[in-house]
Amino acid sequence: MRVGLFIPCYVNQFYPQAAIATLQLLQKLGVNVVYPPRQTCCGQPMANSGFEHLTQECNDLFLENFSEFDYIVAPSASCVLHVKDHLHSTSDPAQAERVRSRVYELVEFLTDILKVENLTARFPHRVGIHQSCHGLRGLHLAQMSELNAKPFSKPVYLLNMVEGLELVSLDRPDECCGFGGTFCVAEEAVSVKMGKDRVTDHTKNGAEYITSVDLSCLMHLEGILQRNKSAVKAVHIAEILNSTL
Amino acid sequence: MEKQLKDHAALAEAFIRDEEHVNWHDGALWWIRQKRDIASKQIPEWEDLREAASRIKSNVLSNLHDYLLQFEANAIKNGIKVHWAADADEHNAIVYSILKEKDIRQMVKSKSMLTEECHLNEYLIERGIDVINSDLGEYIQQLDNEPPSHIVLPCIHKRKEEIGELFHEHLGTEKGVSDPTLLTRVARGHLRNVFITRRAALTGVNFAVAETGEYVVCTNEGNADMGAHLSEVQIASMGLEKIVPQKKHLGVFLRLLARSATGQPITIYSSHFKKPREGQEMHLILVDYGRSRQLGRPEFRDSLKCIRCGACMNTCPVYRKSGGLSYHNTISGPIGAILAPNLDMKKHADLPFASTLCGSCSNVCPVKINIHEQLYQWRQVIVREGYAANTKVLSMKAMAWTLSSPTSYSTIGRAGRWVLNNIPFAVNNKFNPWYKQREMPDGPKESFGEWYARNNDQTNDVNDSK
Amino acid sequence: MSSRESILAAVLTNQPSASPLPDVDSFKGGTQDSVRTYCDVFTSIGGLLYVVNDFAAISALIKTNFDTTKRIITTLPELSEPFELLSTSVDPHTFDDVELAIIKAELAVAENGAVWLPEQRMGQRIIPYICQHLAVVVPAETIVPTLHEAYDQIGEGQYGFGAFIGGPSKTADIEQALVMGAHGPITMTVFILKQADDLTVVV
Repeated sequence: MRVGLFIPCYVNQFYPQAAIATLQLLQKLGVNVVYPPRQTCCGQPMANSGFEHLTQECNDLFLENFSEFDYIVAPSASCVLHVKDHLHSTSDPAQAERVRSRVYELVEFLTDILKVENLTARFPHRVGIHQSCHGLRGLHLAQMSELNAKPFSKPVYLLNMVEGLELVSLDRPDECCGFGGTFCVAEEAVSVKMGKDRVTDHTKNGAEYITSVDLSCLMHLEGILQRNKSAVKAVHIAEILNSTL
Repeated sequence: MEKQLKDHAALAEAFIRDEEHVNWHDGALWWIRQKRDIASKQIPEWEDLREAASRIKSNVLSNLHDYLLQFEANAIKNGIKVHWAADADEHNAIVYSILKEKDIRQMVKSKSMLTEECHLNEYLIERGIDVINSDLGEYIQQLDNEPPSHIVLPCIHKRKEEIGELFHEHLGTEKGVSDPTLLTRVARGHLRNVFITRRAALTGVNFAVAETGEYVVCTNEGNADMGAHLSEVQIASMGLEKIVPQKKHLGVFLRLLARSATGQPITIYSSHFKKPREGQEMHLILVDYGRSRQLGRPEFRDSLKCIRCGACMNTCPVYRKSGGLSYHNTISGPIGAILAPNLDMKKHADLPFASTLCGSCSNVCPVKINIHEQLYQWRQVIVREGYAANTKVLSMKAMAWTLSSPTSYSTIGRAGRWVLNNIPFAVNNKFNPWYKQREMPDGPKESFGEWYARNNDQTNDVNDSK
Repeated sequence: MSSRESILAAVLTNQPSASPLPDVDSFKGGTQDSVRTYCDVFTSIGGLLYVVNDFAAISALIKTNFDTTKRIITTLPELSEPFELLSTSVDPHTFDDVELAIIKAELAVAENGAVWLPEQRMGQRIIPYICQHLAVVVPAETIVPTLHEAYDQIGEGQYGFGAFIGGPSKTADIEQALVMGAHGPITMTVFILKQADDLTVVV
C-alpha cells in the first residue's frame, strides 16, 4: 500500500508540526507514505467563494501529484471533503473519480482502512473535541446531533486509546466554529462571535486543549484564544495521536 | 432604502455590538433547537418520515401542473372562489378588489409569510384599508413598524422590555410593565375586539390537498380561526408549492411540522378549511411570484419543498448570532438565503455567502432540502452572473482575496501560489479583518515541505514499488 | 393569456420528470397503549385531563372546576341540563361571552394529544376558539395511535371545516415565555369516557 500524503497549503505553511505528526504517525503504523513535493492547494477557498470555475488548474495539479497512489491521506477533513465532492477532470474523468474515492481524512483512514485498534500515545490532559463541520456532516466522522440515529465517533474512538487523556463534554458538541473559509473575513463579526462562543464552551467545561481534525477551525479558535491570552491551546488530533508526552 | 444598502455582514455586525442581547438570542433559539431534538428523537421512524415527506414533495413538484388543476376543481366544487396571481402586485390587487366589492375597510390577518413577501399591508394601507396582524409576534412587529425576523417567532430578536415599551406607547399599558403574561393579556383584549369587529379575515395556507380541495392552516394561538370564523369574507393566500396530493399525506407533514418548528407534538390548531360557512364567502389566491421560475432551476427547485417550520433558522449559528433582520428579506436564515436570489439575484447576492456551509440546516430540515449544497451552488451562479461585486463588503473582500500583493511564500505551481498569496489571514496589516479580533498563526521557521525535503528524503523511497 | 394560463404553462414547462409517491401506509400500526400515551402527552402539553365513566361525573367535575355563574354551553344533550345547549344558527359573535364550551371529539390522537373535531361536533366553527375555557369529551375507544390512523378513519369526511386541537391556545412570542390563552381558550380539559371497571383518575 502506497499512501500519498496530502498536506493542505496553509498547513504546510503555518502548521508543519501537525503535518510532521501525521507523517510520523502513519510511518509508526507501518504505512509506506510519500509526500509529493509539487502539491499546493485543493482549490476549496476559490470554490466556496463561488469561483469553482477557476479551480481546474488546482484539480489538474492534484491529479498529477496523487494519481499514482493507492490512498491519499490528509490531516484536514475540509480539504478532503472538497476533493471528494469537487475534484473533476476534463481530460481524465475516470482518474478523477478514482482519486475522489481514494482520498481520506487521517482519522477515517486510521479507523476505516488501517482499522487501528491500539496506539502507543500518551497525552495527560483534558481535551475538548471540536467537530469540524466538514468532518462531521461531510465525511461522517461522527454521528450528527441533528439526526435520530445511533451515536458513534471516530475521533473519540481513537482518542480513547491515548493514555492519560480525558475528554471533556461540551454543551453544544457539534456546533460550527465560524471559520467557514472566506466567511472568516467577509463576515468577520459573526465569525468571531461564533468562534468566541465555541471557545467558551470548551473553557467553561475545563478543557486544557481543543483538538480537531481540521486546522482551519483550529487556526480560527487559536487566534481567538491567543488574542484573549488564554492558557488553553489548540492542537491537531494527529499531534495527540502521535504524542508521547 | 438606507437599510438595503447594507449587506448581511454589515447588518450582522451592528446586531452583534450588543453582545448580551446576542447571547440571549442565540440561547433562546438554541433552546428551541434542543426541544426539536428531543421531540424528533421520541419518534423512532423520524428519519423515515423526513424521507417520505421529501419524496411526497418531489412528487408534488414533478406533477404540480395537474395537482393545481385538481385542487382548483375540487376547491371550486366545495364553494371556494379560486384566484390566480402571477406576482405580488396581482395578489394584492385581488385582495383589494375582494374587499372593495364588499365595501370593507378593515381586515384582520393571521400569519402569512407570503403576504409579507408581497407587502400586502403597505399596499392596502395606501388604499385606505386598515390591516391588523393578529399573531402576537407579528402584531408586536407591526406596532414597531418592522418586518418579522423569524418565520415562526416573528419578534424573537426583541427583549420583553422593548415590547413593554411598545405596549406602553401604543396600547397604554403602564410604563415599565414587561411581564410576558401581562403583556399577552393586554394584546388578547385588544385583538379580541379586532376579531369581533372585522368583516374580513385573511390567513396563510400550510397545506392544500389536491384530492379534496381543502386547505390546512396551523397556528398555536388560534388567531387564524378567530378571524376566519367571525368574518363574512375569508381570504387565504397560498404559494403554488403548498399542494399535497392526498389527505393521508397530511399525517406525515403534521407529524414533522411542529416537532421541527418548536418541539411541540403538533401545533395547537390544525384547521382544515373545505367549504365556506353559511352566508360566508371564501376566497383562495394561488400565487406564483417566482415559484414557477424556481421550479425551472434544477439545482434549486427543491427549495420549494419548504414547509416553513423555521428549524434551519434555529439551528443556524450564523442566524442565531446575526438575527433575522440582517438577512433583509421576508424569509431569513438558510432557507431565505436559497429562496431570495431567485426573486432578485442582485439585491440578495450577499445571502448565500452569509453561511459557513456547516450543513446543520440540511440535517434538521423535515423535508430534507439540501440547503447548504444549494448555498454553495448559488455562490457559483451569483459569481458567474456577475452579481458578487454588487455587494459592497463582499466585493471588497473578494478583491482582497484575488488581487492583494504577492508575498514571499515559496510554493510550486501558479494556482497554489495564487491561493497562498491571497489567503485572508496571511496578510498582516490593520486592514485585514482576520486580525481585528484574532491573532495570526505563528510563522514557523520552515514549512512542512522544506522540513520534509531536509529530513525525509531517505526514509521513504518514492520509487518503492509494492 | 390570463395569469392562470401563464402560471400553469410555466409550471408545466419547468416541472421535472415524474417522481413516484412513497408509501405512507407503512407508518400505521402502532401498538402502544393509546389511552395511556394520550393521557401522558395531553397533560405534558398543558392540558387538564380526567378519566370518567359517565356524564354525571363530567357534570360534577365541571361544577367543581368552573364558574357556573358564567355562560357554559354544550353541544351534548347529555349535559343540556344544567348547561345551555348551543344554537347552531345564531350569529357566531354572540358567543363572545362564553366561559366554557363542552363538546365531543370524533377521535383523538395518542401521539400528539390532539382531538379531531369536524364542525358538526363544534356546533359552530367559532366555538372551540372563542370560549375562555374548552372541555372535550373523548370516548376512550376513539383514541388512535398516530395521525396516520386518524386520517385513515376521517376519510374524506363530511365536513366544511374540521380541526385537530391539541391543548389551550398558546403563545411564546414574548421572550419564549409560554403563555396560555393567546386568543382562544386559556385552558383545555379532556374527559376520557371509559368503562366503569377500568376507572382511574389522572390529573
